[in-house]
Amino acid sequence: MNQANTEIVKVENLHKSFGDLDVLRGIDMTVRGGETVVLLGSSGSGKSTLLRCINFMEMPSEGRVYLHGEAVGKERNGKIRYSERDLCALRTRIGMVFQHFNLFPHMTVLQNVMEGQVTVLKRGKSEAAETARRQLDRVGLAEKAEEYPARLSGGQKQRVAIARALAMDPDVMLFDEVTSALDPELVGEVLKTMRQLAEEGMTMIVVTHELGFAYHVANRVLFLNEGAILEQGAPHDVLKNPESTRMREFLEGHSLFKLPD
Amino acid sequence: MQHTWDFASIIQNWPVLWVGLQGTVFIFLVTVTLGLSGGLVVGILRYARSAALRWPATTFVEVFRNTPVLVQIIWFYYAFPILTGIEVDPFLAAVLGISLNTMAFSAEIYRAGIQSIERGQWEAGKAIGMTYGQTMRRIILPVAIKRVLPALTNRGIEVFKMSTLASVVAYVETLNQAKLIADLNFNPIEAYTAVALLFFVVLYPVVQSTYVLERMLRKSD
Repeated sequence: MNQANTEIVKVENLHKSFGDLDVLRGIDMTVRGGETVVLLGSSGSGKSTLLRCINFMEMPSEGRVYLHGEAVGKERNGKIRYSERDLCALRTRIGMVFQHFNLFPHMTVLQNVMEGQVTVLKRGKSEAAETARRQLDRVGLAEKAEEYPARLSGGQKQRVAIARALAMDPDVMLFDEVTSALDPELVGEVLKTMRQLAEEGMTMIVVTHELGFAYHVANRVLFLNEGAILEQGAPHDVLKNPESTRMREFLEGHSLFKLPD
Repeated sequence: MQHTWDFASIIQNWPVLWVGLQGTVFIFLVTVTLGLSGGLVVGILRYARSAALRWPATTFVEVFRNTPVLVQIIWFYYAFPILTGIEVDPFLAAVLGISLNTMAFSAEIYRAGIQSIERGQWEAGKAIGMTYGQTMRRIILPVAIKRVLPALTNRGIEVFKMSTLASVVAYVETLNQAKLIADLNFNPIEAYTAVALLFFVVLYPVVQSTYVLERMLRKSD
């Protein structure tokens, strides 16, 4: 499905407000097959909300989301309606990885990766187990299949969570600050796994504070400010020569990050 | 006051008590099953997003949690048949009173368990395409129920002791039989002491084994 350059996800005039607070104020974005897009922005800029609107963990207040050119939801009487059935079907095609892993504590690692395949995709147990083992191998955790999540390190948990999402054969993967809850020495293994996925041609949308990852792995960087895209482009342009003062301030805030010369 | 203990008449009448004990165990099994499984349904409804489901469940819980079981049993036995014309025997009256009360209490336990599960678990289920029901059944309930198991076993113990209330409508259980023995042999002290001892002897090992069970469950965390 992931032919390079075909449109996978499109977001059109997306708005989201929580009560009086307008978190997203009209976002337009297209993500193509095999692309890795990194969303940057300070906290409160709306980057996580944008990501969560793509798979409808949050319901957009206005605007449309398209997967493979097909609009999600049906318009009736000027309002867009989303049925649980449509959204569930959509979410099986969009993988998501969370900041706090959210592994199922009562299941082994293998069962975690099998669960969606068996319960949602109705795959047979042996097929699901085979797929699960293949995906665990892909994230380097084949030998942990029979462990419970409580016995794993944060980095290992996050790689299991990645395998769990991959096992559904998604068209696109969403990463929501997946290294923010990790000890610094565990961040690397997760970023390495993500980089490997990007190199294998997975379509990825990544919210992160890891500017190094954005610089080296992203095809495109989007900088969000107050719910709108302020700058976007290739990472070596946007990160090295930001046009806006706001983005320059943001980059200077990450004082530890030194761009290679 | 001096009392010379004499359990001979109790031992002689053991078959009478034995019938009562069987009645106790039987009504316990029926009420604990109905109460804890019905409570699960009510507890899930108490947590439902739709007010049309939540509201009746809340009313049910409040009515049966805030009225005495003894009164409910008497009401079902004496008042309900007159109001509806439906015959209610002692067993049914006691089962209704005890089960409905247990449903109300355990519903709150289940609801607390469900509410204690982190939002991230719901999101993780949702993110792999699970429906609300699938997430509830596969992800939330197994962990929630394990978490509230000590509270549920406590309820179970309560239900076992509550079964003595069935004696008020003369359902054949341990206390009812002891009253019979006491009336015939003029030995209420021994008869009721025997009832207390019987309950202790049955419950104590059960309670101990629940501790073992809880420890075993904690190990898999």
